[in-house]
Amino acid sequence: MSDVAHSVHRATPVTTEPRLTRRILTGTVVALVAVLLFAPLIAVFAEALREGWAASLEGLSSPDAHAAIRLTLIVAAIAVPLNAVFGIAAAWAITKFDFRGKAFLITLIDLPFSVSPVVAGLALVLLFGANSWLGAWLIAHDLKIVFAFPGIILATMFVTFPFVARELIPVMMEQGRAEEEAALTLGASGWRTFFTVTLPNIRWALLYGVLLCNARAMGEFGAVAVISGKIRGETTTMPIMIEMLYNEYLSVAAFSLAAALALLALVTLFLKSLLEWRYADLLAATRRH
Amino acid sequence: MRAGILRSPSPLPGFGLSFGIMMAMLSIVVLLPIIALLGHGLAIGPAELWGMVSSRRIRAALVLSFRAALIASLFNLVFGLALAWVLVRYRFWGQRLIDAAIDLPFALPTAVAGIALTALYAPNGAFGQLLAPLGIKVAYTEIGIWLALIFIGLPFVVRTVQPVIEEVDREVEEASATLGARRAYTLRRVILPTLTPALLTGFALALARSVGEYGSVIFIAGNLPYQTEIAPLLIVIRLEEYNYDAATAIGLAMLLISFVMLLAINAIQIWSRRRIGDV
Repeated sequence: MSDVAHSVHRATPVTTEPRLTRRILTGTVVALVAVLLFAPLIAVFAEALREGWAASLEGLSSPDAHAAIRLTLIVAAIAVPLNAVFGIAAAWAITKFDFRGKAFLITLIDLPFSVSPVVAGLALVLLFGANSWLGAWLIAHDLKIVFAFPGIILATMFVTFPFVARELIPVMMEQGRAEEEAALTLGASGWRTFFTVTLPNIRWALLYGVLLCNARAMGEFGAVAVISGKIRGETTTMPIMIEMLYNEYLSVAAFSLAAALALLALVTLFLKSLLEWRYADLLAATRRH
Repeated sequence: MRAGILRSPSPLPGFGLSFGIMMAMLSIVVLLPIIALLGHGLAIGPAELWGMVSSRRIRAALVLSFRAALIASLFNLVFGLALAWVLVRYRFWGQRLIDAAIDLPFALPTAVAGIALTALYAPNGAFGQLLAPLGIKVAYTEIGIWLALIFIGLPFVVRTVQPVIEEVDREVEEASATLGARRAYTLRRVILPTLTPALLTGFALALARSVGEYGSVIFIAGNLPYQTEIAPLLIVIRLEEYNYDAATAIGLAMLLISFVMLLAINAIQIWSRRRIGDV
C-alpha cells in the first residue's frame, strides 16, 4: 500500500511540494523533535548515570526509594484494574443499549481529561477531608482517605478514569450488537456471551487502553501531590519521591528514580507501537480524530 | 429500575449491572468530588469568591497559566500540523522512530519531564550553557513554562490531525492542480479547510491540558509570585497553608476554564460533522 502511494507520489508531483520545501520541512521537524522530545529523554539517563552505575543503583536501593516503588506498583495494581472494570461496564452500557443522555454521559466520562490534576486533588480533599461532614464521619469511624492510601488510589483513578472507556467505546460502537444477539439466540448466557464473543473482539483495544492507563497511573504527580500529604516512606509514590529528592539536591537519586519511570515509558511506547502495528484495525486510537 | 423507562428495548442482558457499575464509579471518583468543590464554592459565596480571584496574586497566576498555555498551544498548532504532514506525506529515514516518539509526552511522567527539561535548560545545563552567552534565560523564567507546556501538549495536535491528513483525497489535489492552482494555493484553499476542525480540536485539547498542567512546570518555572507562579501551584501553596477557601476559589476558576474548553471541543466536533460529514 505504501509502495503504491510512494510511486504515485513520485509520478505525480502536483500532489506534493517541491523537493527543496520537502527537505527543509522534514529537516526542521526532525530537528525540533530531537530538541523537544529526545533531548529530555536522554538527559534523564545522562543525569542518572552522572556518577556512574553504582551511585545510580544506590539511589534506587534506599529504603525510601523501595517504599516509593512498592507504593507506585500497588497503586497501579489497584487503580488500573478498577478503571478497566469501569471502562468495560461503561462501554457495554453505552454501546449495547440506547438511552437518553448518552452524549452527556460520555462528556462526563471525558471530564477528567480537561480538569487539572491539582484541581482533582483539591476536589477530593474537599470531599473527604476533615472539614467536610463526610470526612468528619469517616475520621470518626477511623477511615482515613485524605493523606492516606485510599486517597492516592482515588486521585490516580480520577486522572486515568477515561482511558479504557475512551478506547473501548468507539471499537464496540463499530462492532455493533449482532454477534452478541446471535450468541444469545443460540442459547448462551449473558456472561458466556460476554466472555466468548465480546471480550475476544475487544481484547487488543482493552490492552491498549490498560497500557496507557497504567503509564499515566504510575506517573501521576499533581493529584497525588495534593492528596497524599507527602508522608515520607508512607504516602510517597515514585513521582513524589523524585520531587523530594530533587528539592533536597539529591540529583543522582532523583534522576535514578526518574530513569526507572522513563524506562517504563519507553516500554509502554514500544508495546503501544507494536499493538498499533499488529492490530491497527482492532483499535480505536488509529481511527480516532 | 428508573433508567429502564428512558431506554429503548434491547435483547442484550446486563444493562442494569453495567449501567450501575458505571454510574457508581463515575459518581464516587469524579462527580462527587467535583460537586464537593462546587458546594464548597457555594458555601463561600460568589462575592467572596470573586474577591479572592481578583486579588493580585491569584489573578497574576491565572493569567500566567492561561497565557503560557495559549502560547504553547499556538506553537503546537503550527509545529504539530507540520509534523503530522511530514509523517503522513513524506518518506524519510527514521520516520517510524519519530512517529513513535510523538507519544513520549503521554507516556513520560510529568515530574520526570519537568526535572529533565530543567537539567537541560538550567544555566549550567547542556542547552542552557549554549543559550546563556546569547542572553537567553529559559529555566526559571516564563520561557521555561512555555517549553514545558509545548512538551506536554505536542501529541494532542499531531494525533488529532494525522488521521485526517491520511484521509485527504489525492484526487481533489490533482483536480485543483489540473485547474491551474499552484501548490501553495491548493494547500491553503483545498487542504487546510478540511483539516481545520481537527486542528481546532487538537489545539483545544492541548490548551485544556496545558492550562492545568503542574508536574512538568513547577521544576522549570522558578515559581516567583506574580511572575512565574502558575495557578495550580498557588492551589497547592494555599492548601499547604490550610487556606481551603482561597484554594477553592482558584480551583473553581480553573474548573470554569475546563468546562468552557470542553464545550468548545464539543461545539467544534458538532460543527465539523455538519460541515464535512462524520470524518
